[in-house]
Amino acid sequence: MAEAEVRNFNINFGPQHPAAHGVLRLVLELDGEVVERVDPHIGLLHRGTEKLIEVKTYLQALPYFDRLDYVAPMNQEHAFCLAVEKLAGITVPRRAQLIRVLYSEIGRILSHLLNVTTQAMDVGALTPPLWGFEPREQLMVFYERASGSRMHAAYFRPGGVHQDLPDRLIEDIWDFCDPFLATLDDIEGLLTDNRIFKQRNVDIAVVSLEDAWKWGFSGVMVRGSGAAWDLRKSQPYECYSEFEFDIPIGKNGDCFDRYCIRMEEMRQSVRIMKQCIEKLRVEKGPISSADGKVAPPKRGEMKRSMEALIHHFKLYTEGFHVPAGEVYTAVEAPKGEFGVYLVADGTNKPYRCKIRAPGFAHLQAMDFLCRGHMLADVSAILGSLDIVFGEVDR
Amino acid sequence: MNEALSETADRIREALPQHAGGLSVAYGELTLVVGRTAILDVMRVLYGDHGLQFWNLIDVCGVDYPAREKRFDVVYHLMSPRQNARIRVKLETDDVSPVPSITSVYPGADWFEREAYDLYGILFSGHPELRRLLTDYGFEGHPLRKDFPLTGFVEVRYDDEVKRVIYEPVRLNQEFRNFDFLSPWEGTDYVLPGDEKAKAN
Repeated sequence: MAEAEVRNFNINFGPQHPAAHGVLRLVLELDGEVVERVDPHIGLLHRGTEKLIEVKTYLQALPYFDRLDYVAPMNQEHAFCLAVEKLAGITVPRRAQLIRVLYSEIGRILSHLLNVTTQAMDVGALTPPLWGFEPREQLMVFYERASGSRMHAAYFRPGGVHQDLPDRLIEDIWDFCDPFLATLDDIEGLLTDNRIFKQRNVDIAVVSLEDAWKWGFSGVMVRGSGAAWDLRKSQPYECYSEFEFDIPIGKNGDCFDRYCIRMEEMRQSVRIMKQCIEKLRVEKGPISSADGKVAPPKRGEMKRSMEALIHHFKLYTEGFHVPAGEVYTAVEAPKGEFGVYLVADGTNKPYRCKIRAPGFAHLQAMDFLCRGHMLADVSAILGSLDIVFGEVDR
Repeated sequence: MNEALSETADRIREALPQHAGGLSVAYGELTLVVGRTAILDVMRVLYGDHGLQFWNLIDVCGVDYPAREKRFDVVYHLMSPRQNARIRVKLETDDVSPVPSITSVYPGADWFEREAYDLYGILFSGHPELRRLLTDYGFEGHPLRKDFPLTGFVEVRYDDEVKRVIYEPVRLNQEFRNFDFLSPWEGTDYVLPGDEKAKAN
């Protein structure tokens, strides 16, 4: 009998696959069960954020950043605020800086918790998401108590933050910290030494450090490959230089290393949060810039001062003007380096606002990472890349 | 300008003497303006030079200035983890002259260049697969150009009769309201209606 003709098999992974983490369409070319080629099709969630920002004032543009990586919204706002502040030369009061750091770390835990547990779900474990989503919900309540919204916070504003934190909230966040570490130990007890979890993740999608840099990786993806690189340490912004924390790094650059790093980073985040709260208990200054041209006046002030009323009116109609120039600012978002390249032309609207999303650079390497792996590994790799489509498609 | 920044700037002047004139510093950030055709050589030097080591590709994007003869800027952001430095490389192009693709130096530039092509129509020569990335299959036009309307040209809906999604020209029940808040006292470059005579004198 003549040998049957063997041909490669093409399948569509997504856009409605539960392990595709959103609306990703992967066109996979398979030789048996081995992946020969991956072609990610993105853009199904493209909303034209950058175009919309160009016709909005700086303050109106801010909420769009919540909707990028919607599992850690405030970290994105942070990058945009830093860009505006750099261009306009605004200084942020110390209490506002501490609040920003505190909420950035909460965002990091939010993101890592979601990622670690859904990565476990992608490879077949069902319990971790159930355990991980409970503290996530608590953290979102902290978001809500500060900003009024669980996710789309619009809380960081150029010049500071929107509202002050009540003392009670700060103490509640403190009370959250230690029990959360125990929850992390529980989740780690389920996964780290789990035979199945290891079989699915160890030595999968190994990236050398040289490749990681070249492909534009950042954050956990380069730390997994052994680079002790964290923007909070190496190019400190806000008041991160005052805090003590460690940067976990991996040795092998595989999916399992990246999982371990995320677990440890959550512990380090708790460490930063605790230091932050200790400082916040003492520091009772203003939470927003005193410059009436960028930050709105207090409601009570508006009732008495004509100048404050005018400032309020001008800020919420015309908005503030940012001097012409261009800056690039980056923050260490949970998923990697989140950057904003802002070109201002001296008016009240950005001329160009390019959003540099870490997930975009990571996802484009899918072909490079998956080639030669099995079909089942694709979802494990996708899980360890930590993709959120809000920021990839923008 | 701090010390590390001026050191990097000096090093770039040394490694790329023919482009030293295009180097500038603003807001504590280095910017290098180069010619369109030189970009690949510049990238190779920035990547390979032992005193620079810009290994990490951060971003490639386009910016549109319709009033200029060469209307587009292509802006590259690079980062050097070893020197802990950043640089922005800029070049000018128009909608017909292709920019050499840097995917041979930075494979990660692939999607960023595709995005710039998709959103601005900037062409890249030597790119492995320059097709649309973010917009819909079969989309026409380049949405981030300044002359592309915010509301676009077509909208989609599911048609129950033909049982598929169909494209129709955009129909707005209310015109998009774009308020012009620029104060005439702070200098606008256009003439307000009714002010023609005042400007003529």
